[in-house]
Amino acid sequence: MKDNDLIINIENLIVHYETEEGTVRAVNGIDLKMKKKRSIGLVGETGAGKTTTALAMLRLIPDPPGVIKNGVIVLNGENILDKSVKEMENIRGKDISMIFQDPMTALNPVFTVGEQIAESIMLHEDVSKKEAYERAKELLEMVGISGNRANEYPHQFSGGMRQRAIIAIALACQPKVLIADEPTTALDVTIQAQVLELINDLMEKHETALLMITHDLGVVAEVCDEVAVMYAGRIVEKGSLEDVFNRTKHPYTEGLFNSLPNIKDRKAKLKPIPGLMPDPTNLPIGCAFSPRCPYANDICREQKPVPRWISSTHMVECSAYDDPSFHIARREK
Amino acid sequence: MAKNLIEVKDLKKYFKTSHGMLQAVDGVNFTIEEGKTLGVVGESGCGKSTTGRAILRLIEPTSGEVYFDGHDVLKFSESELRKARKEMQIIFQDPYSSLDPRKTVMQIISEPIKIHRLIKNKIDLENRVLELMETVGLAERLINTYPHELDGGRRQRIGVARALAVNPKFIVCDEPVSALDVSIQAQILNLLKELQGKFNLTYMFITHDLSVVHHFSDYIAVMYLGKIVEKASAEELFKRPLHPYTQALLSAVPIPDLSERKERIILKGEVVSPINMPDECRFAKRCSYARDECRSHTPELREVYPGHFVACDFPLKG
Repeated sequence: MKDNDLIINIENLIVHYETEEGTVRAVNGIDLKMKKKRSIGLVGETGAGKTTTALAMLRLIPDPPGVIKNGVIVLNGENILDKSVKEMENIRGKDISMIFQDPMTALNPVFTVGEQIAESIMLHEDVSKKEAYERAKELLEMVGISGNRANEYPHQFSGGMRQRAIIAIALACQPKVLIADEPTTALDVTIQAQVLELINDLMEKHETALLMITHDLGVVAEVCDEVAVMYAGRIVEKGSLEDVFNRTKHPYTEGLFNSLPNIKDRKAKLKPIPGLMPDPTNLPIGCAFSPRCPYANDICREQKPVPRWISSTHMVECSAYDDPSFHIARREK
Repeated sequence: MAKNLIEVKDLKKYFKTSHGMLQAVDGVNFTIEEGKTLGVVGESGCGKSTTGRAILRLIEPTSGEVYFDGHDVLKFSESELRKARKEMQIIFQDPYSSLDPRKTVMQIISEPIKIHRLIKNKIDLENRVLELMETVGLAERLINTYPHELDGGRRQRIGVARALAVNPKFIVCDEPVSALDVSIQAQILNLLKELQGKFNLTYMFITHDLSVVHHFSDYIAVMYLGKIVEKASAEELFKRPLHPYTQALLSAVPIPDLSERKERIILKGEVVSPINMPDECRFAKRCSYARDECRSHTPELREVYPGHFVACDFPLKG
């Protein structure tokens, strides 16, 4: 990896939500590097801290109750956590853009789709309204919607088209980083396939770095180069697609794979992970996954695991590997 | 061979809209053998949920016949229907909105028992609810909690317990795991499978998730714009999809396995609303194999291989 390909570097990010019921420890010290043209899949279940991580990168954590407790997020050599509100407005949409999960609510119903795309361009570039609108039409064409539909309102678009329009807004100023938060979860599979292909093509064309937040390991396999698996606010396993899919190390990652129906063998019984995600206001003392982990020992329950690099690309955070003979049941491929 | 518990003939449900007649379900035929699962897959708006609800008469079908254990459900009087509902239950998609927030777990699960006056004694009733809770894997201490205190997986277990409360023979499962995380999804799917074995339940399993339907069903019907376009055993359908829509649908599923990477068929266009459909193949507009003949009439569902039905005049080579 060349260092000048590094676009975003997150180090030891900690985000809490301080509520009356207690402190919700949403993100508990994560490190993540994003590189030009590379896509990372951030995988995990509801409450793992995926969306909070993304919102922190845009400084959009609702405050109160959200507080960024610690960490740096370096973009272009500067820590965006030190930026003023005004400076952040220039970064959002221009350097970092986000596609939200629900295409039904992310668009403003009282403006035309063209106006909403043009708005984003006018905020960041010195262009006239007319020029911006023309650019908006081109962007619509780029995402596969006829430019002469720019004067239509969101309700006249189907779900798949709305998500394309949102992608057009996100890419309007050719951001260096695109965060896609479950961009296809609300869509049907054939439409999902169209949108994923579009995201892949556009990334290639604009040399964007992509952070794909999803719970769907299938989507990750289709779109991403790297994978980071999150659990209870920590990245518990990280590596190339091959590292995580074929040489799985973390028991939680294994549990996720075992929970999915096997397309090759429909009779194979699903092996769900027992129990539930821990309460983020009251995390276990040791490894947060230890109460659900079939391999957990006393050390796991008492001590926080530390990141362990298995190769230059593959990291796992699991104390069981202190024992050199330890391995999970899932076989390497 | 086991008997057919459910037999649906030419079922139709039309809705009047300001733009014309919306043909949500348009002449659907299928049977479900006792103790088996029919999976119904398709995208939003294909009519899969409407079909499930029309069978239970939660919405009144426009026309057709629905036989449950040999009796036409659509001819039942109010009181006969109420009796039949004891045998036919439904589990809903969203465990957040399908449970009354003002009722406790005890009240929710016992409600169908009270409606059908199965148990009158209070202690027996509580014991029955506890028994049901144990069956679906809910801890006894949760009996007086409210739905908002529980997570999605536990709520869905309440939904399952409520459906089981009256000892039904047939359950329509309408996207029962779509709102749940994968690890919880697997728990509920295993539970439903286990209950099927234990109580010889017959399921109609409605979902948009192809890997789930493949795992869960004995037979699968693929719906597109109100019609069944293909029907076969789960294994056969995945091994040998004959309808171009089924093929595209299967190829669009992202597979979480790097050795299984494949060419995807990307369908152009989107699903339209089935309003005032002309007499042509409903998939023709998006089908890359469509010919002139496809636009001249609606293809009928016909048996191409034993047990494998397809509604396409030019099915793909299996």
